[in-house]
Amino acid sequence: MTRPRKLARWFVALVVLHCVVAGAGFFAPYDPDEQDRERPYLPPMRIHVMDAQHRLHLRPFFYPLRLREGSFDQYEQDTTSAVPLHFFIRGAAYRLLGFVPSRLHVFGASGARICLLGSDAYGRDQLSRILYGGQVSLLAGLLGAGITLFLGALIGMAAGYYGGWRDELLMRAAELFLALPWLYLLFALRAFLPLAVSPLEAFLLIVVVIGMVGWARPARLVRGVVLSVKERDFVRAARGFGASDLYLLRRHILPETASVLLTQAAILVPQFVLAEMTLSFLGLGVPEPMSSWGNLLASLQQYSVLVSYWWMYLPALAIVPFFLGYLGLASALQERTGAYKIDENSSWSPT
Amino acid sequence: MRKERFSARRWRITIGFFLASATILALPAKGFPQSPQPNAKEELLTLPGEVGHSGGRLVISLRAEPKTLNPLTAAETPSREVIGAMQADLVHINRATQLTEPALAKSWKISPDGLQYTLTLRQGLRFSDGHPLDADDVLFTFHVYLDENIHATQRDLLIVGGKPITARKVDAYTLLFQFAKPYGVEERLFDGLAILPRHLLEKPYQDGKLAQLGTLSTPPKEWAGLGPFRLKEYVAGQKLVLERNPYYWKTDSKGNRLPYLDELVFLFVPSADAQVLRFQSGESDLITRLGAENFSVLSRQQRGYTMADAGPGLEYNFLFFNLNDLGDKSSLDFTRKQKWFREVKFRQAVSAAVDRDAIVRLVYQGRGSALWGPVTPGNRRWVNSSIPHPPRSLERARALLKEAGFSWSVAANGESALQDSEGKPVEFSILTSSSNADRTKMATLIQDDLKQLGMHVQVVPLEFRSLLDRVTQSKEYDTCLLALASFDSDPNSDLNVWLSSGGTHFWNPSQSHPSTTWEAEIDRLMEQQLATPGYDQRKKLYDRVQEILAQNQPMIFLASPDILVGAKNSLANFRPAVLEPYVLWNVEQLYFRNGAENSSR
Repeated sequence: MTRPRKLARWFVALVVLHCVVAGAGFFAPYDPDEQDRERPYLPPMRIHVMDAQHRLHLRPFFYPLRLREGSFDQYEQDTTSAVPLHFFIRGAAYRLLGFVPSRLHVFGASGARICLLGSDAYGRDQLSRILYGGQVSLLAGLLGAGITLFLGALIGMAAGYYGGWRDELLMRAAELFLALPWLYLLFALRAFLPLAVSPLEAFLLIVVVIGMVGWARPARLVRGVVLSVKERDFVRAARGFGASDLYLLRRHILPETASVLLTQAAILVPQFVLAEMTLSFLGLGVPEPMSSWGNLLASLQQYSVLVSYWWMYLPALAIVPFFLGYLGLASALQERTGAYKIDENSSWSPT
Repeated sequence: MRKERFSARRWRITIGFFLASATILALPAKGFPQSPQPNAKEELLTLPGEVGHSGGRLVISLRAEPKTLNPLTAAETPSREVIGAMQADLVHINRATQLTEPALAKSWKISPDGLQYTLTLRQGLRFSDGHPLDADDVLFTFHVYLDENIHATQRDLLIVGGKPITARKVDAYTLLFQFAKPYGVEERLFDGLAILPRHLLEKPYQDGKLAQLGTLSTPPKEWAGLGPFRLKEYVAGQKLVLERNPYYWKTDSKGNRLPYLDELVFLFVPSADAQVLRFQSGESDLITRLGAENFSVLSRQQRGYTMADAGPGLEYNFLFFNLNDLGDKSSLDFTRKQKWFREVKFRQAVSAAVDRDAIVRLVYQGRGSALWGPVTPGNRRWVNSSIPHPPRSLERARALLKEAGFSWSVAANGESALQDSEGKPVEFSILTSSSNADRTKMATLIQDDLKQLGMHVQVVPLEFRSLLDRVTQSKEYDTCLLALASFDSDPNSDLNVWLSSGGTHFWNPSQSHPSTTWEAEIDRLMEQQLATPGYDQRKKLYDRVQEILAQNQPMIFLASPDILVGAKNSLANFRPAVLEPYVLWNVEQLYFRNGAENSSR
């Protein structure tokens, strides 16, 4: 009784999180590439309801920050002018989900910029960059996981169902792929590509590489399921009635692997998001000025940023709810399939 | 403090007495520092400035291991920095005043026609191994520098008017240098030309092994120089230790023989951040070549050290376009791009759109200066201050582009995009060195500046070696962001950059004959100033070169960083300069106020 509800809860949480990232244009107050060269490394700004004279404001407001005289990155609050926060305000143009042109933002202000999570070296709003960066990182993770699972299911089913030398060949190839140092592979691959790679090309490259190298583990799992399922009575019966291989695979065997594939998906997505972040962190991801969670963290490679601007760590925190959601979903899925299999006295385990 | 100084001096007097009275005991007792015999005829150079006291050991980080200690083959900064402390030249440029001063030559005379230089050496000087110096060493040195088989890095500087200069010995301490043409640099030529010990190097030279000598693993006994320090120990991958040269030929105003320090240690610390950590923890006493960000980190948490902004240096950062004539190798796409790059109005428009103030503020945190020409404000003698400094103006940039036949169209995403006269969108990439965060940042700022003109620019950070390879060898790039740091303020140090035949004439290197009229004019002016004696005449010619460069913008000059350094509070006589080596140029005068504490470390 509790299990499906747990699953649903994780699932809803994830859907909400993804919607926020997918609708980054709406939730982010500014264009992620818009530079404010007068205000680099702006610390996160506070929202007040009580002003300096201890008067209560009904509408939340913030005090704009201004550069302290003669300094580069020291700011002080200008408490003389309170800038009210507006909700559903018109601002920078964007295209919702890449299609719907709009100018509506969930919050913003006129007269001064509000940077809730501070700004980076170019004065770009960190919150907007994290939200837009999430689109790149999450999409890379989801697409990568999609490719991996497709390849894994295909190869795993072929190996498990046909067996014999085909099985041998495919499984040895899988072992080879598991042993491949994929980070270096990517470095090498990048060296062969033309000099200037457009953001889209760089993104597709990451997705394809991540997707291509990860198929071995799901393939092995799927093969295991197929090996046991193909000997089950209902499969034998269907074959006895003259069902073709393709029909058997599609109608009887593939559905049996669904729970394994789903669990794998929930585990693989965060893994691949992390892979994308690693690549971008090392400068192999999407180029500036586009953001992704990885290249947002890249500035932390500099000692001066590391010790001076703590809010540059925040993109690392952004991944926490997503990972929590995916891993929670994975364990809920695993529990469900595990219980189901134990009931059936199955000979295989989901991991 | 006074007591310490007294005891140190008394110690030296004792040693001097000991050696003078017992010359038979030539080998010094174990643990005693070697000190030269007093020599009445020794013509020492007395330096003005604060009088310090001996002892102590100075530790400084180097970005990389020096490749060699041999002045003939040294080309990179770490080698030059170490060699600067081990070798000496005939005439030296004072890094603080940027003027020449007598060094090993106590005086020089230039004939009225500018063709003959007569130099008189100091008498009684010795190399760091105790062997005396005379005119034969100088003759040997110049012979070696000019030998084509040695490939000395300084050789080009000694070819004047197509002919090598000749050196002749007049007597044991007088030399005559003969030039084929008058040489505008005059005695500055001799700066940085280390005088080599003939007694050690003549045999290897005749055997053809000279270029291989002077590696870090050379035994200290087989290597000598005339600089304040000599080789003591090399630990591969860790450090290089130099010790005091007891025969050094400079004294302070009280007659104490310099240098004050007993040891100079170079630690090999590859990353800038690691150098900052070492300095912060007190492991190194000096830090130089600091970026503005690390400088402000160190300034914020000062503990026992002082940070100094020595002012604008000689480094200039610039963006340049690929103007090479690629011939058949060029693709259709690239030929179209070059058509824009060759259009001077296009280059001027890019220059007008670049926000130099933002570069100085965001990249250098205000510790730098915006540039409109190649000569930085730090080079006070040569900068042409009449070059206009137009503020950033997108209107002017747009007007220039319109004049050159460019137009704007509204792209699919609602932004306006620049297109050329054939209707093709203006897109190109900027190469930067991935290891240099400052320049990558500049490129990102320029990318955003040019986006406002409707240009679609991509920043491509590339590993430095492959970047240089693309720029100088394969020439497969659109534009590139680089920096140059002249080692001297004199225009001749950048000769290779401005001459169209030069190897570092980046936008179109090593041309057989200048491809544009303005490049031809720069060639003519540079060669003319080379042969013109007298600062005023040369300045006029070089001013014109700067004007032509600012007008034609083959390079879009961006900004110049300040020289940022730091030193422990206890280090005295610390006077950073904007010329290399920024902090070690007066290493012989550096000393620790609390010498005892530091020498025991």
